Amino acid sequence: MYQLIKQIIKTGIKTDAAPLPDEALRVTTQRLHEEILHVFGSALNIRHVDAGSCNGCELEIHSLSNAYYNIEGLGIKFVASPRHADMLLVTGPVSRHMVTALRRTFDATPEPKLVVAIGECACNGGIFCSNDGSPDGGGESYASCGRVANVIPVDVVVGGCPPTPTAILQGILTAVSAQKQ
Amino acid sequence: MPINHPNLHLTQLAGAIPAWSGNIKPGDLQPICRNVHDGGGRLVALWGSDDREQGNGYSLHIALVNEAGLVCLSLSLPAGQPGYPDVSSIFPVANRMQRATYDLLGIYAHEGQDHRKWLRHGAWHGGSFPLRKDFDPAPSRTDDADNYHFVQVEGQGVHEIAVGPVHAGIIEPGHFRFSVVGEKMLRLEERFGYTHNGIEKRFESMSLQQGARLAGRVSGDSTVAYAWAYAMAAESIAAVTPPERALWLRALFLERERIANHLGDLGYLGNDVALSFGFTQFWILKEQVLRNNGALFGHRYLMDSIIPGGVAADLTDPGKRTLFEECSLLEREVRVLRGIYEEHAGVQDRFIGAGRIEPRLAAQLGLCGLAGRASSQAWDTRVQFPCAPYDQLDVQMATYRNGDVAARVIVRFDELFESLRLQREILARLMPGGELSLPLEKLPAQGFGAGMVEGWRGEVLVAVHTDTDGNLARVHPHDPSWQNWPAVEHAILGNIVPDFPLINKSFNLSYSGQDL
Repeated sequence: MYQLIKQIIKTGIKTDAAPLPDEALRVTTQRLHEEILHVFGSALNIRHVDAGSCNGCELEIHSLSNAYYNIEGLGIKFVASPRHADMLLVTGPVSRHMVTALRRTFDATPEPKLVVAIGECACNGGIFCSNDGSPDGGGESYASCGRVANVIPVDVVVGGCPPTPTAILQGILTAVSAQKQ
Repeated sequence: MPINHPNLHLTQLAGAIPAWSGNIKPGDLQPICRNVHDGGGRLVALWGSDDREQGNGYSLHIALVNEAGLVCLSLSLPAGQPGYPDVSSIFPVANRMQRATYDLLGIYAHEGQDHRKWLRHGAWHGGSFPLRKDFDPAPSRTDDADNYHFVQVEGQGVHEIAVGPVHAGIIEPGHFRFSVVGEKMLRLEERFGYTHNGIEKRFESMSLQQGARLAGRVSGDSTVAYAWAYAMAAESIAAVTPPERALWLRALFLERERIANHLGDLGYLGNDVALSFGFTQFWILKEQVLRNNGALFGHRYLMDSIIPGGVAADLTDPGKRTLFEECSLLEREVRVLRGIYEEHAGVQDRFIGAGRIEPRLAAQLGLCGLAGRASSQAWDTRVQFPCAPYDQLDVQMATYRNGDVAARVIVRFDELFESLRLQREILARLMPGGELSLPLEKLPAQGFGAGMVEGWRGEVLVAVHTDTDGNLARVHPHDPSWQNWPAVEHAILGNIVPDFPLINKSFNLSYSGQDL
């Protein structure tokens, strides 16, 4: 026990400052009232759904919980059920085998809710999908529906392969910040 | 010759590891597999290809490994009735691979015990096969439900717990069907394929360079191992050897991937037994490794750092000093944390005896990688078949025989220290200057090559076949999770439900790597 306490004290506080919201990440006009966003902004529950990613984005979502990004210190928590969630954090191109599960998870999340698409694949299908035939670059294949917006409505997108924890945090904070008029 | 069989004529493949290829007749498949099995060898991978455009039918390919090296055998199958003798009766691990090969290509094993689908759910018809060259996605589409038949356990007080595909944590999707009495688990059946993205089909429309990026995204946490295995396969076909500096940097990247993943897992294993201190401490260390990767090589997980022909990232002298300092920091801190884990009664109480795979069962199941080594399966590609520069590094293999969560934790600690030692050694030998890559634009026509790399989880294999123009005709990436997932079904037997997350984490297998 002595070693453990010594190690905690020696480690100290590592947390970096959180990034500011970035309006460029928002893909739809703000759907929720400012008051609701204000409440979300101080205590947000997130349900993560991997809809077909390579697990690269998951690594960075895990990193959000480390001492440097300390996401719980901002009042943001990952929860085990969509029924407890205010926001869905969705990764991957949506594989056809995950469409039903993703739709059901979305339906089980109570209104008002937000959806943030994380990573290149979630934004446009990424490397797994050919973007040639699609007019708006959604990317589809026999196994994949491409971007998340092809299956459920998306509020904010964060590109990158995978996006850094700071970029993911910025996407989350953008979704819960009021749009500047 | 690696395998002695009268009808077997093998050709040695060019490249970094000892590998052979050969064609066999259907009647020789089982005797040869039996021969390799009885000699202590294992099945690494099984896949198929559509060769009808070359005037043949289909082919079944299997990769076997024994003490001599990797042996890739091909078996021609008639287009009308593409069946082959069952391999799963000799290597149980072939079961899911055979079923997946049927789902994707329509070639099937005679006499197999289990003919249920594996990678196909309901997105395409059972009678259409995506990896056939004439596959048309539009008419094959369905939106059917999965309708998968789980084995049911009956008896007084037995009930089922269905978990997934969306799990309670930040995890990839998959389904676990537990049959339990009270808290005790009687049976676990896994159902995967949820993240099937059609990766193998996607390779066929890609150039050699695009393929390298896709290979690096089969399983994101093993991006270096996949990119290296893919490059190794391509370099084997082209019969070229990358510049020496590139090889040293590849080994540096691979060991850094191992260090980062072992640090992360050791943290989560602490977290799963309610020692959140472990998570906090190990993930501070992991973040420092990732930040150094980002600052020195341009990517926190080193994606796209390895390309066919060499590497795309270099290390400067100041960077070298940063990594030496990082080594010292990690060695010092991890030693303290290991002491805390070992002396913590609550942690040890949960670790010891949980999720045990006895060495005999491990051998039967063909368990590989770090989970295999924790159950006395002494296989490590870096040790048995050391490709350059591992041939100059004398890697010390970590093995343990208890096969429980505690053993897998010990192996992780040992491998972490060994990787840090290797990193020091690599840095000391990495001389300034020298080319980073040689030009490798296109591959020779109708070639075959295989690359095998010991990733942090186990051996990653990538097989590449080229067509008559030298384009990618078929690429098969194989994750060690194919071998180790079935073992999790055994590891949980007799354990209690709340220990499942811990046992599962101690293996930490890839879903995307096996779903393809």
